[in-house]
This record gives sequence, structure tokens and C-alpha cells, in this order.
Amino acid sequence: MLEPALAGPAPAARPAASARTVRWAQMRQSATAYALCTPAVALMVTLLIGPILAVVALSVTDYQLGAQTMAFIGLDNYADMFADRVFRTSLINTLLYVGTVVPGSVALGLGIALLIEAGDSGKAFYRAVYFLPVMATLIAMAIVWEFMLHPQFGLANLALKAIGLTPQNWLTDGDLALWVLAVIGIWQAVGFNMVLFLAGIVSIPRFLYDAAEMDGVPSAWERFRLVTWPMLGPVMLFVVVITSIRSCQVFDTVHVLTKGGPNKATEVLLYTMYAEGFEFFRSGYAAAITVVFLGFVLALTLVKIRFLDRQVHYQ
Amino acid sequence: MNARRNPGFAVLRHVLLLAGAAFMLAPFAWMISTSLKPPGEIFLDHIRWWPNDLHVVENYTAAFTRAPLLRFMLNGVIVTATIFALQVAVALPCAYALAKLRFRARPVLFGAVLFCLLIPPHAISVPLFLLFHQIGILNSYAAMVVPFTISVFGIFLMRQFFLTVPDDLIDAARMDGISEMGIVWRVMLPTAIPALTAFGIFSVVAHWNDYFWPLIVINSEHLLTPPLGVAAFRNQEAGTDFGPLMAAATVIIAPLVIAFLMVQRRFIEGIALTGMK
Repeated sequence: MLEPALAGPAPAARPAASARTVRWAQMRQSATAYALCTPAVALMVTLLIGPILAVVALSVTDYQLGAQTMAFIGLDNYADMFADRVFRTSLINTLLYVGTVVPGSVALGLGIALLIEAGDSGKAFYRAVYFLPVMATLIAMAIVWEFMLHPQFGLANLALKAIGLTPQNWLTDGDLALWVLAVIGIWQAVGFNMVLFLAGIVSIPRFLYDAAEMDGVPSAWERFRLVTWPMLGPVMLFVVVITSIRSCQVFDTVHVLTKGGPNKATEVLLYTMYAEGFEFFRSGYAAAITVVFLGFVLALTLVKIRFLDRQVHYQ
Repeated sequence: MNARRNPGFAVLRHVLLLAGAAFMLAPFAWMISTSLKPPGEIFLDHIRWWPNDLHVVENYTAAFTRAPLLRFMLNGVIVTATIFALQVAVALPCAYALAKLRFRARPVLFGAVLFCLLIPPHAISVPLFLLFHQIGILNSYAAMVVPFTISVFGIFLMRQFFLTVPDDLIDAARMDGISEMGIVWRVMLPTAIPALTAFGIFSVVAHWNDYFWPLIVINSEHLLTPPLGVAAFRNQEAGTDFGPLMAAATVIIAPLVIAFLMVQRRFIEGIALTGMK
């Protein structure tokens, strides 16, 4: 407070407000606050906190939808899970998918953002074009991709044939399918990462580049290495973490294009969980898979929060 | 950083960006191109972008008549609009209380909001499904809407925004005898329009495009949302009639894409919010 006048009158200067009316006003305010929060709290408890606790509880039972009984079976679901070849494949595939989509979409997103910011012409056009897949309904686009990858009449194979290469069975070849899905994942994520990098690049102070130039840093590469790269460090970490979180939730393209096949080659964590929980209705087992999935997402989210905490202060 | 001075680099910049853009746009171009073609020109052994014989009316009519595409779109509008309206109705009062009112449970409640931010929607699908099965609301609009009526992200975002609203504004409203509910809707809401718009775009895009949850709870055709509808259409055509299928895909992505092209900056801001989540 700079001056008392700005800070408002001190309580003592308000003789009319006795201690009792002040207390009453406070009680009224807190009653109002509870009333305003009640709907949100009730929904939070029934739709978020309750279910997340229920997932953990279910994961130690043998519950199946429609079953009359339910028994506590300890960690049996987890033991079954890690003994199951499908689950292990699913876990490995998810890691491979994340391990491809994250570096791919982060590097391309950064490259595109740098190229867009390196000139003046066409900026808005390029930004819109690269962002378009982020907006477009992924299921509809997955169906379009399916037709693009059609073995006989799809754009991909027609283009390969036109330049004299062998056409591929993109989605039915077990060695290719997961990588095809990863390319679609990159196609969809790159615009999102580009936008975050653009924001990061724009906020780098211009004078740092001027200073680098005056200090005799002539090449664009050196300026990138000495100024842009270190200044983008925090954004980079942020982008890597959220892309990891988003890509380990891959489901839509798998469900529409491959159903986890061929021969489990594209089985991923969320798809396995979906199949167990909502096709075979083995709720307890699906809950155990969910817990593993949750473990991944939470670990990644905690990294993000640690980082965000250093950047912004909530309170 | 030298396209402005180096003409060679300026050309290279456009070459690289255009090559990338061609890849990004290829699926959209192929989709639209196919939606214009008669079957005879879809099943060719070479690439043809523009058909000799336009089949627009036939394909789009087929898309709207063979599947209840309008019904799917209407369902999409009903579900996304209801979700957004309820999210605002629930989150705004709570966000106001968290930002501007003093009460004992405030730190605990804010802690709970931050905790709930960590919960990915996929992770609670099994218990929510069992709950909805138990109370008998599976396969209904309610099943699609209810889980998303609470947006802790919305509460968090609006609270952060309300913190920046000066207390004087609220005190003045109280002096004028406006109730606390009145303050939320008549004083706070108007100041929050920019933040609310960004949140609205984020929410509408997320739920218009959502596939996972509706897939789990819906099985009647008359309740299908656009993503489920287009997927059902494709299963029913068994991947033979690509013209109408691509026409249906075009129609379903059109509303958001057109809205995006009209107000790009707002959309990008709104979607970039997802990163905060």
C-alpha cells in the first residue's frame, strides 16, 4: 500500500460497523460461498473423485458386469496382466507409438514454427494449414486416411506406383501398421506443437539477436544455437510432456483403422482397456489396466506441474 | 532468421513450407476430390484430382439420405451445447467463490480442483459406465452429457481470470444491492467473455470430436454423434461406396473447419488451452 488513502479507511474509522455486524457479514459471505460451490463439489465427488477411487478398488476384484457376486482377489488382476502376452504387446506398442510421435511431432512442430517466423510472407496461411488437422474431427479424418491407404485405389499407393515404387499394404502389414498410425498421429499433433512453439519464439526478446549479431555471430545456425534454442528450453519441455500425455491416449485411429490388428501389431493400452472393459465386460481386469495407464499419465502430468509451478504461481 | 535479407533462403523457406503444407492438406484434398467423383473415377489405377464427370449432387444426397446425417449433426449440437451450458452454470459460481469470497474450506476445495485436473477422462470410464448402468441412463443424451457437466479445468481457468477482476467492482455491485448470484451472472460473467470464449471453443471442439465416451455409452442410431455416425456409415457401407462416405466426412468436419477459418486466432488460443490441462 502506497498511501493510507488508497488502502481504504481503516476499520477503526468506521464506527458504525460494530464487531458483530462484521462477523455476521463474514458468516453470510461464507454461507454464500458454500452455496455457490455446492453443485460443483457434488459433481466433482460423484463424477471424478468417486470414480477414480473406484477404479483402484475395482482393480483388486474379479467383478464382471452383470455378475451377481464380486470377490476381493488382491493383486491377481495385475499378475494376470503382466503374464498376458497381449498386455505386454500393448504396453510395448504404446511406448513405441509415443516414442515415435513425440520426437516426430515436436521436431517438425519446431522446424515449421522456425520457418514460419523466419520470414514475413504467408505466415497466416501456413499457420492455418498446419493447424487444420488439429481441428478436424479425427474419426472422420481416420476414415479418409483409410481410403488414402487403400491398397488398390488409395492416394498413397497410386503415388508410389507413379514414381515406380512397390505399393504397400499399409494397414494390414504387421510390420507397417503401427508406424502408419504413428504418422497419422504426427500429422494430427504437429500443428498443435507448432502453435506452442510460435508463441515461444515470438516471446524471445529481439535484442538478444541484435546483441548476438553485434558480438559477431554471423551464421543463422549459430544464432539459433546460442539464442533461440536456450530461450525455448522451457517451452520445449512443456511441449514434450503434453505431447507424451496426448499420444499415450491414442485410441480413435486404432479403433477405426486396425482394431489392434493385424495380429496385435497395433494393440495399445487404451484399446486393450476398452476391449476388456466394454466388449468383454471384465470390469475388474479393465480397471487394473486403467491403473497402469493412469500411472503413466500421472507421472507425466507431475513433470508438467513441476515445470508449470516454476513458471506461473497459482495463488 | 534471414529470409528478410537473403532471397535464396526466402525461396527455400517457401519450398519447405509448401511441401509440408501439401502433406498436411493431402487428406483433405483427397476427401473432397473423392466426394465429387462417380464410382467409375474413384476406382482408377492412377491419380486423378478433378473428375471428368462431376458427381457432387449424387454423392452428397446419398450421404444425407442413406445415413441420417442431419440427425447426427443435430445430436452433436445438442450434446456440445448442453455440455457447455452446464459446465458454465456449474463452474462460474464456484470459480467466483474460489477467487473472491472468503471461507474456511477454500484451500481444501482449490486443492481438490487441482487434484481433479490430474484425472484423465479415460481413466474413470469403467466406474462411470457401471454407475450409469446401475441407474439405467446408458444409451441416452444424459449418458453423453452428465460426465462432462463438471469441468475442473473450467473452474481453474475462470478462477484465474476472476482473480484479475478488481474487488471494487464487486463492492460497488454489493452497495447497489445486487445479490451474490446476481454478481456472478451480471458482473463477473460480462468481464469474463474473452476467457469464456476461449474455454467455449476448447469445450465445443473437444466434445464435437469426442469418440471414446459416446462409443461406450451409445448404441441406438438416433443418438449417434457425428464421429460415431460417420464411423457407423462406413461400417454399413463396408468400404465400397467411397463417394458418399467422403461426402459424409466432409459434411461432418465442415462446421468446425469453417468456424476455424473465419476466426483463426480465437480458435488457436482456445485449443492451445488444452496444453494447460
